[in-house]
Amino acid sequence: MSEQHNITLPEGSIERVTQTLNLGPTHPATHGVFQNILEIDGERVVSSESTVGYIHRAFEKIAERRPYYQITPLTDRLNYCSSPINNMGWHITVEKLLGIQTPKRVDYLRVIIMELARICDHLICNGVVGVDTGAFTGFLYLMRWRELAYEIYEEICGSRLTTNIGRVGGFERNFTPAAFEKIEKFLVEFPKALKEFETLMNRNRIFMERTQGVGPISAERAMNYGFTGPNLRAAGVDYDLRVAHPYSSYEDFEFSIPVGTTGDCYDRFLVRNGEMWESLSIIRQAMDKVKALPSDVYHADVPAYYLPEKSDVYTKMEALIYHFKIIMGESDILPGELYNAVEGANGELGFYLISDGGRSPYRLHFRRPCFIYYQAYAELIKGAMLSDALICMSSLNLIAGELDA
Amino acid sequence: MSLTNDYIKQRLTDKFGEAVSQVEETFGMLNFTVPKDLNLKVMQFLYDDEELQFRFLTDLTAVHYPDRKGEELAVVYHLYNFAQRVRLRMKVYTSVEDPRVFTATRLFEAANWMERETYDFFGVNFVGHPNLKRILNVDEMDYFPMRKEFPLEDQTRIDKDDEMFGRGGHIGI
Repeated sequence: MSEQHNITLPEGSIERVTQTLNLGPTHPATHGVFQNILEIDGERVVSSESTVGYIHRAFEKIAERRPYYQITPLTDRLNYCSSPINNMGWHITVEKLLGIQTPKRVDYLRVIIMELARICDHLICNGVVGVDTGAFTGFLYLMRWRELAYEIYEEICGSRLTTNIGRVGGFERNFTPAAFEKIEKFLVEFPKALKEFETLMNRNRIFMERTQGVGPISAERAMNYGFTGPNLRAAGVDYDLRVAHPYSSYEDFEFSIPVGTTGDCYDRFLVRNGEMWESLSIIRQAMDKVKALPSDVYHADVPAYYLPEKSDVYTKMEALIYHFKIIMGESDILPGELYNAVEGANGELGFYLISDGGRSPYRLHFRRPCFIYYQAYAELIKGAMLSDALICMSSLNLIAGELDA
Repeated sequence: MSLTNDYIKQRLTDKFGEAVSQVEETFGMLNFTVPKDLNLKVMQFLYDDEELQFRFLTDLTAVHYPDRKGEELAVVYHLYNFAQRVRLRMKVYTSVEDPRVFTATRLFEAANWMERETYDFFGVNFVGHPNLKRILNVDEMDYFPMRKEFPLEDQTRIDKDDEMFGRGGHIGI
């Protein structure tokens, strides 16, 4: 047995110094504009610091002088992988403030759109986790189904990425038969693709080795760090706003919440996959429920807040008055203060709204899930390999637009 | 047993008496104000108590009320109880001249960036924060843009060449 020698290395030699590595602001691996300054010792991350704010657009300030219906496009640009959820969340918040009761059919149509958006978001995120572990196929293959989902949005609201979908009180127009056909097509075809994706990834030895035990977090730490959404559920906390505080008639649906145990990248991946299956089942249920309801209801009967049909504006006096009042921001908004949250694709998306009765909010604060849980990144990757740090980042589902608001 | 707003209110007044003020319920959420030097004590009490268990900081932000002399800035905490699924809102008022409030980072890691954001936009000085610097705005900025004395640009101004952005520029509106 040889005696162990402690080698004394000279000051400044390569083995003694750590290197500083800039990951971002524009780096392909960050999938968005934010910077991480990593202190690396060889390939191990010693410490890291994140800098955000590169695409800060002052939405909260801008919202302070916009009428309520003009704030919807701002919410699009938070988590732009699932804009419809943000839009609906905002509508639901305003409806809560105004005391508007939406018809069941509107709720179910919203559920369909929100769950489609959740699927789009999760398939991007899981696809990207695949890309960062070296499997490009899954990402590229699933893109085709996101394209189909975007066609559904397009059929409903006319746009694809930043959707501005729906209005306060309901939808701007009814779903067309083509939209329902496309949703049916999605429900038939996407499960097959998702199955194939799961076959490709879930029990793939390389993928498992790369993701298991990478970036784990305990339930307690995750809660302390303000984790919500799939990242928190992967750590083992069954917190889902759709169940905890149901909105948009989620209480009418049967679904389960996938929960992980270790909170590592693999669990986050599995939780997202599981949620996609649940979302598909929710859309299926919602489609059946919608079919049983009269097909001409697509908004609440609130003329003071919901823009009338354009043809009515030209021919009917009341419609003209309401149109004018809504556009000029003269509709009565009650003063009030509320916090309303929806289950966004990557966590609890909250709107803290204070109205002083004016045409625009006195104060509007977005609780952006990304921004809050990204703080934990330094802790998650401490001591990990550089390549694991990248997987960890993509599996957190960070969206730069939501980080910065 | 389920945790009701009345019960939380009762426990808070039993513990802190008159210090807990402006207790009201808006849209089903309990809302109250505490003096700014008590914010940590109240949060710690809400965190530790076996029945209350408010152990999740959902949101932290501020609101600027320029007309309320001596309490222009309100720091707003949204706390959450996971077991009973109850939210509550706690407010702390501070003057704009001396905007010092104790940091909640010792209790919640999540408060770190939220407090930095609040500092960045409102200038609330969180005493004891480990790294209180700007987060979304540039470091060189020397004002706090979300305060009400900074209005957004007047959209009817005509002295600016905005022709490329569809606002008519110096030709007029």
